[in-house]
Amino acid sequence: MSLLPNTAVLLGKEVRTEFRSRELLTTTIVFILIVIVLFSFTFDPTSDESRRFAPGLLWLAFLFASSLMLQPCFLREQHNDTLSALRLSVSDPFAIFLAKLIANTLFLLLTELLLLPLFATMYNVPVFSVLHWLVLVFFLASLGISIAGTALSAISAQARMRELLLPLLMLPLLTPILVASTEVTKALFDRAPYVQWKGIGFLAVFDVVFLTALWLFGEYLLEE
Amino acid sequence: MIGAAVLFLVGAAAYASFYIAPEERTMRVIQRIFYFHAASAWAGMTAFSICFVANLLYVWRRDEKWDSLGVSSAEVGLAFITVVLITGPIWAKPAWGIYWTWDARLTSTFVLWLLYISYLLLRTLIEEPDRRALLSALFGIFAFIDVPIVFGAIRWWRTQHPAPVIMGGPGSGLEPTMRKVFFFSVLALHALMVFLIAERYRLEKLRTDLELVRRELEAT
Repeated sequence: MSLLPNTAVLLGKEVRTEFRSRELLTTTIVFILIVIVLFSFTFDPTSDESRRFAPGLLWLAFLFASSLMLQPCFLREQHNDTLSALRLSVSDPFAIFLAKLIANTLFLLLTELLLLPLFATMYNVPVFSVLHWLVLVFFLASLGISIAGTALSAISAQARMRELLLPLLMLPLLTPILVASTEVTKALFDRAPYVQWKGIGFLAVFDVVFLTALWLFGEYLLEE
Repeated sequence: MIGAAVLFLVGAAAYASFYIAPEERTMRVIQRIFYFHAASAWAGMTAFSICFVANLLYVWRRDEKWDSLGVSSAEVGLAFITVVLITGPIWAKPAWGIYWTWDARLTSTFVLWLLYISYLLLRTLIEEPDRRALLSALFGIFAFIDVPIVFGAIRWWRTQHPAPVIMGGPGSGLEPTMRKVFFFSVLALHALMVFLIAERYRLEKLRTDLELVRRELEAT
């Protein structure tokens, strides 16, 4: 029953490590900014066009950024040789995953929320009236990305060409997240915004399924 | 011997789909590709299911043979899905007027194909055999779990693909002869699939044995 206290301690460690340097957050934010600017050249960003394309662009940018952001998740432990110590320190290895995926969800969510106002202004989409729904979508999608991404970064960290491998493993696996969150966001950016419950349900199901899979198989990912 | 029997079965299925099955009213001769297109899709999915079971068994039992079966069935499944992705556009051009459309089912089959490409790619990037077997088995499990979620998008977001004809609910269904021919090609392609997996498995076994001998030689 030490899963939750262990997770809390490890989560504290993840958050502290990141906020000491803020390396991940700054680089990811700058990366998404670059993508947002580059995307504006690929179509005519008038208000109507933006409503059609912006949700997809937003989620593609987040997805690509997360495939970079999740990279150091286990690599850092490997470089510092701390993975074995981490494994020995907890009774249930799932705590390691839980802490890392909560931390990654928080980092992703923070990046998304910081960039949303900028994105809304630049692409001319009103977000204020549907903000609480957007936060819900951001949360569910970031959680899904982090669950699958954390598991896969544990795999890719043990392979060659790991920097290239993680996006290759992660992006096709996360297509359902991209599809569902884009559809929900599109409905929220509509002239008459509405909540697409089936998309939200879809994201929740994805999260539950992959969290269960990680809970069942996570410990094998960290075998020495 | 078995190979010849399988070849005969596939040949018979081809004959049946061209000469025995009646011509479809609107799509005419083009529709006949369906017997291979859909049957390959079924065979491919069965191969990936075998891969999934092999992956689970490897994680559970840690026996090398499950790893060999996993990689064999993944490769064969990939070959069948490649056939699906090639025959699909051949049918689509006359029927829809375009080779490819980004509809949910086409896209999800393509994503499925990519997932198993990634699975095989991952295997080439891990040197140590035990680690390669374990990590690729785990990725295979995640990928297979993802498949129904990806396919779930078919019914949820718009689709241009013909609605499922078999087990597709009321109003669907095949003319009886077509149905027989279809299930015969499903059988034939499944036989081919099992045969290919068995052959590929034998090759994998030889490779691992060779690797073992080579290591022993290096050790002495």
